[in-house]
Amino acid sequence: MTGQPLPPPDAPIAGQGDAKGTSPGPTTLRPARPRWRETLGLLARNPTAAVASVVLLLIVVLAVFDDTFAPEGANEISVTDRLQSPSWSHPFGTDDLGRDILSRVILGASVSLKVGFLAVGFALVAGTLIGLLAGYYGRWVDDVLMRVMDMLFAFPAVLLAIAVLAVRGPGSGNTALAIGIVYTPIFARVTRASVLGVREEVYVRASRSVGASDWRILTRHILPNAAPPIIVQTSISLAFAVLAEAALSFLGLGTQPPNPSWGLMLAEGRGYIELAWWLAFFPGMAIFLTVLCFNLLGDGLRDALDPRQRTLMAGGGR
Amino acid sequence: MSGQVLEVEDLRVRLRTPRGPADVVNGLSYTVGPGETVAVVGESGSGKSVSVLALLGLLPARVATVTGRAVLQGEDLLTMKPERLRQVRGPGAGMVFQDPMTSLNPVLTVGRQLVEGIRAHGDVSKAAARRRAADLLGEVGLPDPERALDRYPHELSGGMRQRVVIAIALSNSPALLIADEATTALDVTVQAQIIDLIEGLQADRGTGVIWITHDLGVVAGIADRVLVMYGGRCVEDGTVDDVLERPAHPYTRGLLGALPDLAQPAVDGVVPDLATVPGTPPAPTDLPEGCVFWPRCPVRGDARCEHEQPPLVQIGSGPGLPHRAATWCTEEAP
Amino acid sequence: MNAVTAVDASDVLVSVRGLEVHFPVRGEGIRKKGAGVLRAVDGVDLDILRGETLGLVGESGCGKSTLGNAVLRLIPPTGGSIDFAGTDVTSVGGKGLRELRRRAGMVFQDPFASLDPRRTVAQTVSEPLEVHGLRSGKRERAARVGELLELVGLDPAVAGRYPHEFSGGQRQRVGIARALAGEPDFLVCDEAIASLDVSVQAQVLNLLRRLQKQLGLTLLFISHDLSAVRHISDRIAVMYLGRIVEIGPASAVGSDPQMPYTQALLSAVPVPHPALERQRQRVVLRGDVPSPAAVPSGCRFRTRCPYVFEPCDDVDPALQPAGAPGQLAACHLHGVVGTPVERTPEGVPAEP
Repeated sequence: MTGQPLPPPDAPIAGQGDAKGTSPGPTTLRPARPRWRETLGLLARNPTAAVASVVLLLIVVLAVFDDTFAPEGANEISVTDRLQSPSWSHPFGTDDLGRDILSRVILGASVSLKVGFLAVGFALVAGTLIGLLAGYYGRWVDDVLMRVMDMLFAFPAVLLAIAVLAVRGPGSGNTALAIGIVYTPIFARVTRASVLGVREEVYVRASRSVGASDWRILTRHILPNAAPPIIVQTSISLAFAVLAEAALSFLGLGTQPPNPSWGLMLAEGRGYIELAWWLAFFPGMAIFLTVLCFNLLGDGLRDALDPRQRTLMAGGGR
Repeated sequence: MSGQVLEVEDLRVRLRTPRGPADVVNGLSYTVGPGETVAVVGESGSGKSVSVLALLGLLPARVATVTGRAVLQGEDLLTMKPERLRQVRGPGAGMVFQDPMTSLNPVLTVGRQLVEGIRAHGDVSKAAARRRAADLLGEVGLPDPERALDRYPHELSGGMRQRVVIAIALSNSPALLIADEATTALDVTVQAQIIDLIEGLQADRGTGVIWITHDLGVVAGIADRVLVMYGGRCVEDGTVDDVLERPAHPYTRGLLGALPDLAQPAVDGVVPDLATVPGTPPAPTDLPEGCVFWPRCPVRGDARCEHEQPPLVQIGSGPGLPHRAATWCTEEAP
Repeated sequence: MNAVTAVDASDVLVSVRGLEVHFPVRGEGIRKKGAGVLRAVDGVDLDILRGETLGLVGESGCGKSTLGNAVLRLIPPTGGSIDFAGTDVTSVGGKGLRELRRRAGMVFQDPFASLDPRRTVAQTVSEPLEVHGLRSGKRERAARVGELLELVGLDPAVAGRYPHEFSGGQRQRVGIARALAGEPDFLVCDEAIASLDVSVQAQVLNLLRRLQKQLGLTLLFISHDLSAVRHISDRIAVMYLGRIVEIGPASAVGSDPQMPYTQALLSAVPVPHPALERQRQRVVLRGDVPSPAAVPSGCRFRTRCPYVFEPCDDVDPALQPAGAPGQLAACHLHGVVGTPVERTPEGVPAEP
């Protein structure tokens, strides 16, 4: 099932003398296609995931160039324009201080995403490292590391985050750290499970048989082959991290006013929900859209990175 | 016409693959008589397994197009309604696959699986079915069959599991038994036991057997007739003596030459290199024009090889069953 | 053991004495307390001579593959010793272990599993070069990879491709090239042709034979395929339940086996000649191979042996000369030699 036999690149075969009857035609050498391009190709075939990726790309571009895109500053107060409903001059309306909500949603994107990426980045690095060591070395390393992870995992996530923020004080950097710590066990578990499978592969034993060191085996063979579920988890965790940032800010523990963040805006708009729905609606929609797209991308990646999908693409039947 | 258990005529299977259509089986015709064993030999990708899966409608209709005729006891399997086909699979034709673990359900006892099979095709009480199941296990040589009924597949050895699979396949006394690499995963001593078992049962019941394998040694022991497949085509068929002792097709000769000889490895004290068939079999998506074997053929005697498909024609004019080969190389083996 | 060492020490490349690989097994259900050991390799004495091909045969579960892996220290031995080229490598670590793995390579069974799917052929084949610092610089390594690929009959131009683009036979050639990259003296082929098609098996067998001559390799060829082992080997060792039960020149073991198990094994191999097949006399064995977690006391083959007699229960047979010169068999039919089974006062054999 795997791999179509190519026009045989066989040079003279042992005991055959001449190469009579080897290749039916010229041996065409296809350049090797890197794996990541294959993955992108597969992803592009999945319309939902493709649309999600494009929307996410737009959101990221908006967040990076927020100053350029935002029509007004985040804290340009205008007493005369308080609580304006959506209109041409303020497409998303204005809040109780007369600040332009469109501008604040755009500027808030960078805060929300920054916290999300920082948090997931921390969890990814720490969790993957822990999972890699636990899965590869097993025995007491595994026991010690994974029990610590279990304890972290058993703690209610919000409580854990509140504890971190209580010690280090609120603010987006500490919010990211808190969320990162909460997500570390998830990455550790996903990585460990994936490593446990890859560790037993024959090619790992083959690499050991030629004298490769543990470090080499871990970085060259195990990590690349264990990566797909970790990549999927990253995408899904980004969605949760954006939500978590919103939740913590909503509780007043995350981003501090007057900085714009989607969660904070949601919290602030809560009091006006009957009077001016747009205060909470647009930041809520921004959270919804981002989380949805990260999740869809995660699902798409899961399919695209599935080896069975690949074989389907790569080879014909027998 | 009649008197045959199975009559296959011009069977063709085309699979849809992402790389375009693959012609996996291209015009296969053969018959299996009662008590007769027909061995289908070939390497991976030759279409030997697909050809029997297609007979029993076990290929997903979404990707496979099957044409031709396959008459089992007077009924064409290929035009049959799915419900009828399900009924036929038990009492008409039983199958034994390579890996007994995958054809047994790991969470059900051996007894449950046998009883289910028996009751699905006949109105039998549970107790009667259980008695019959125990009899069957005894018949396939499982020690202590009564106790074996309550065991789970993982509690049995590989050879014992394959015996259970055979018992299930035989539970409805099928007219045809299909064994797809049934002994490949087993050790030689166990393989010998299983072959003995199937031969014995076949002699008792007059079952027709299609034995799919890549092992020419097994073929020599069990087959009455042999069909050699390559690139989805039958390139040679005939009695087992004709095909293995007087092979006519360069591919069959190549296969036989490639086998190390247990009895006589050395010639004048020197072990010679094995003859090889160079290269690899063609992909079914990309079959060569002309003779399917010509790109690897060591003879390539005729200019027609590259462009014209050789028909399967009778070789010589010996008495008895015909010996046929699809090749333009008509000269005798060197 | 003296029978085993009856060779000039300088001719011996690999020398294994009393090698044991035991795995702990958990008891089933409530009998957890009775946790036993699985004796995969259970006291193997073996000398592999420089430049020879030693075939190691046996049925699945006999421990032949574990033995091959243990010799290269890919599975840790739990007892006994391994000497490689005069050095005790039973428990070397670090540099010594690396050197062992440079001088001894391994070819694996399944060419679809033994190559990392995310690494190109060049990356796979050059790994030993990088690990052992054998070629400095990218260009030298690439040139060496090209040489190695040519050596195993592949076009060097395929170096940039990924494993899934190759057929089984081609992948196995890549695996062989990797095993040869460190310029080893010794190659363990663990069922190296079992997953390949018949015509491709022949190609790989010929390749291994050519390489062995060309590079002066010593080969341990592990296989369940007796015909292939007979074809490629100078000597054959037969394994049953973790022990070598017969060893000797390939021609002697192949045509005049002295141990009943070898006789049964050989007689069960089907040959592709219908006339011969019809008259073949088979020695049919009773029952199944016992579990290596419950090895019979005395002779481990006695539960299935057609010739079982008095001493088989009481004495664990040692290898002793039988048949042709250099042929050894562990069987009391050639004289009762071995270790008596210890018995408890009640006369019940003690748990081995």
